[in-house]
Amino acid sequence: MTQTLDRHSGCSPSIDAGTYTVGPLQSGPPCCVPEPLIRVTNLSVSYGDHPALKDVTLDIYKGCITALIGPSGCGKTSFLSALNRLTDMIPGCRVEGGIRIGGQDILAPRLDVSALRREVGMIFQKPNPFPLPIRRNIEMPLREHGMKKRADLDETLERVLTDVGLWAEVKDRLDKPALALSGGQQQRLCIARALALAPSVLLMDEPCSALDPIASGIVEDMIAQLRGRYTVVIVTHNLAQAKRIANYAAFFWLRERGGTLVEFGHCRQIFEAPAHDLTAAYVSGMRG
Amino acid sequence: MIWSKHSISSPSRTDARLAGWLSIAAGLAAAVLVLIVLFLLHESWPVLNRIGWLRFLTDAAWHPSEGLFGLAPMLWATLASSTGALVLAGGLGVASALFCRFYAPPSAARPYRRMVTLLAGIPSVVFGLWGLTVLVPLIARWQPPGASLLAGILILTLMILPTVALTADAALAAVPKAYLHGAAALGMSRSGTILRVVLPAARSGIIAGLLLAAGRALGETMAVLMVAGNVVQTPHSLFDPVRTLTANIALEMDYATGEHRAGLFVSGLVLSGMIILLAVAALRFGGARSHV
Amino acid sequence: MFEAGRFAMVRGRVLEPLMTLAVWGSALLVAGAFLWLVGDLLWHGAERLSWAFLSSSPLNAGRTGGIGPILVSTLLILGVAVAAAVPLGLATAVLLTEFLRPRSRFGRLVGLSLDVLAGVPSIVFGLFGNAFFSVFLGLGFSILSGGLTLACMVLPILIRTAEASLRAVPDDWRLGSAALGLSRTAALRHILLPAASSGLVAGLLLGVGRAMAETAALIFTSGYVDRMPSSLFDSGRALSVHIYDLSMNVAGGDGNAYASALVLIGLLILINGTALYLAEHWLNRRIIAP
Repeated sequence: MTQTLDRHSGCSPSIDAGTYTVGPLQSGPPCCVPEPLIRVTNLSVSYGDHPALKDVTLDIYKGCITALIGPSGCGKTSFLSALNRLTDMIPGCRVEGGIRIGGQDILAPRLDVSALRREVGMIFQKPNPFPLPIRRNIEMPLREHGMKKRADLDETLERVLTDVGLWAEVKDRLDKPALALSGGQQQRLCIARALALAPSVLLMDEPCSALDPIASGIVEDMIAQLRGRYTVVIVTHNLAQAKRIANYAAFFWLRERGGTLVEFGHCRQIFEAPAHDLTAAYVSGMRG
Repeated sequence: MIWSKHSISSPSRTDARLAGWLSIAAGLAAAVLVLIVLFLLHESWPVLNRIGWLRFLTDAAWHPSEGLFGLAPMLWATLASSTGALVLAGGLGVASALFCRFYAPPSAARPYRRMVTLLAGIPSVVFGLWGLTVLVPLIARWQPPGASLLAGILILTLMILPTVALTADAALAAVPKAYLHGAAALGMSRSGTILRVVLPAARSGIIAGLLLAAGRALGETMAVLMVAGNVVQTPHSLFDPVRTLTANIALEMDYATGEHRAGLFVSGLVLSGMIILLAVAALRFGGARSHV
Repeated sequence: MFEAGRFAMVRGRVLEPLMTLAVWGSALLVAGAFLWLVGDLLWHGAERLSWAFLSSSPLNAGRTGGIGPILVSTLLILGVAVAAAVPLGLATAVLLTEFLRPRSRFGRLVGLSLDVLAGVPSIVFGLFGNAFFSVFLGLGFSILSGGLTLACMVLPILIRTAEASLRAVPDDWRLGSAALGLSRTAALRHILLPAASSGLVAGLLLGVGRAMAETAALIFTSGYVDRMPSSLFDSGRALSVHIYDLSMNVAGGDGNAYASALVLIGLLILINGTALYLAEHWLNRRIIAP
């Protein structure tokens, strides 16, 4: 609650214009080559008889940060969960349409879901470090996926913790329980845990919304630094945050038959020159 | 990628294998019940096949060696002792729960609840021992012989009271605080609130507890066996010695053979049938509560 | 309106003290009975308790001597019951919580049979144990027969408590480990089972307590023999059976029966108390708080 207020107070348009790194406007994806890594076609997700997401077609570009914005319940999280087949975990959930990542059809029934989920990491709204020591949080998944050598494990541990800016803070207490860390540290640990598996895509479901403003700022800066190295899809309710860190934005809205995609485009275009009235109303704070 | 994706067996395959093993184990666990029913039927078959169900109710007496298989006196004894215990334990148990929730000063409620939990953990054979050495002589001084339906009822009451008290306590705890505030806002007295708001709201939970307790009372063997006197007769007063179905099994199983043994298994079947019906009813009530 | 209010007040003036009296009276009655029972046990049993009583063999049909072999038999019977019931119970609970969809037919079938099994009276378990383990499988009156019978009896408690403690583990960790591409097997081994461990242990202890208190299921499965058992195929007398036998069949056995009852209750309080403590404290701290 306080976080949202705080963020809004600090986001006058002039400051934002300076903070995000964009190339030439409307001339292709900023910061990287316009190469779609994830192609979603006519995706629908439903839970039992209840449709959550209807007919979404969307390309997600490699190495960029794509923000999914829109009001609660419009299917953003369902969209995200479909990308790593976490929808499989939910009883009664049906996914229809097509999702290709790097050319591979990930909705194929014979797909190695474990391999997919290593390739497509996910960060949740509520930090969920395991009730294990910090070190084991990162090493356990690595070992399970076949990395056994001590030297490799140690090297990966230090690298990913450094990547998320946690190494200096925790290097002397790696064997302390991860649940003793602060909320922001826990979330960064979760990101490190995902990075350790060397994914190419990171899905983030409101990664900052359960954190206090300062921790939220640190995590946000860290996510911004992932640009270029990882393809990041981030769900956020915080429009200022989306403006600051995203290259692309997709605006979802709740229609009577589940959520739909209203508009997709460069982040600056969505916020400054939306093509759709709904988008304009939402980003200006009049709706949603 | 720094490790080979194909170096380990696919997790989904490990999962499938584990699920297979677990299903076998779960199947075995479920099979225990089937096995019990099958063996009860199998062992009772010789006598059921020859004389049928009805004679177990209509025969005048229980003399298996002479071909008389009347369970009725013991059935009455079982029903009488359980009903008596249920009435007493129902009142005392619900009152105990009310005491904990509404009447006891906080410093007393906790130890009292502890005490009831402890009471629940005392094994039936210890209740039997106490009843035999304390209660029975006491009743005998008043109305000999002492070992009687009354002794059975009192011991059973003590045994099932914690079941009633603890489930009623949980049911009372589940009554939304808003109801209490609402009643207080209307200026209702404590007794009015309890009788007209709290107890109706907790009704299904309390009834489920009573049904559970009834099942325990019907199925209890040792405590009743030790204090009720074990004479096969239909009770006509509280001071008559009686033998319940369960006690009959425990007493005669040692030496029973042939049709006698089969007759004991029939009484086991009858008993299980009654108790399972109660348990299913209790689940219904418990389930209903969780949906409200 | 005014009249009705007055009527309620008058009724309240009678009802209020009556209810208070009834509730306090019941509570005092229950507490009195409890104290009487416990006091009596302590009064008659405590004087005979000693190390010698716990370790020596019963003499003169149990009137004198101790309960050494009986404690050993009891522990062996419980050991057999735990060894048989725990793998089966844990596996079933894991299947029900982690692998089956909530309303699957197999899950409901297993659940229903467990609920029915929980309602079966212990004497019927005794009948079944005698017919199946002792006679059909030819194990006779033995510690093995008794232990396996008890295993069947405590299975529902074990499974239901294990199920509850696994369900108490937050879904965040299930989703988190799935999102890392971990198998359910790995998630169970590294996270879910350790996180649920206190609840699992509490359930196990409750089951052991229930088995230890049991008499009726053991009389014609593990038998009465009060010698030191030399193998699991020997008959062995459990503590509860010992109490029953001393009080019912041995004139003048009451003193030792009381002392044995005290030992039994002491063990049960230890077991159930630990279980409650684990369930209330450790579980909450480990799982709910952080």
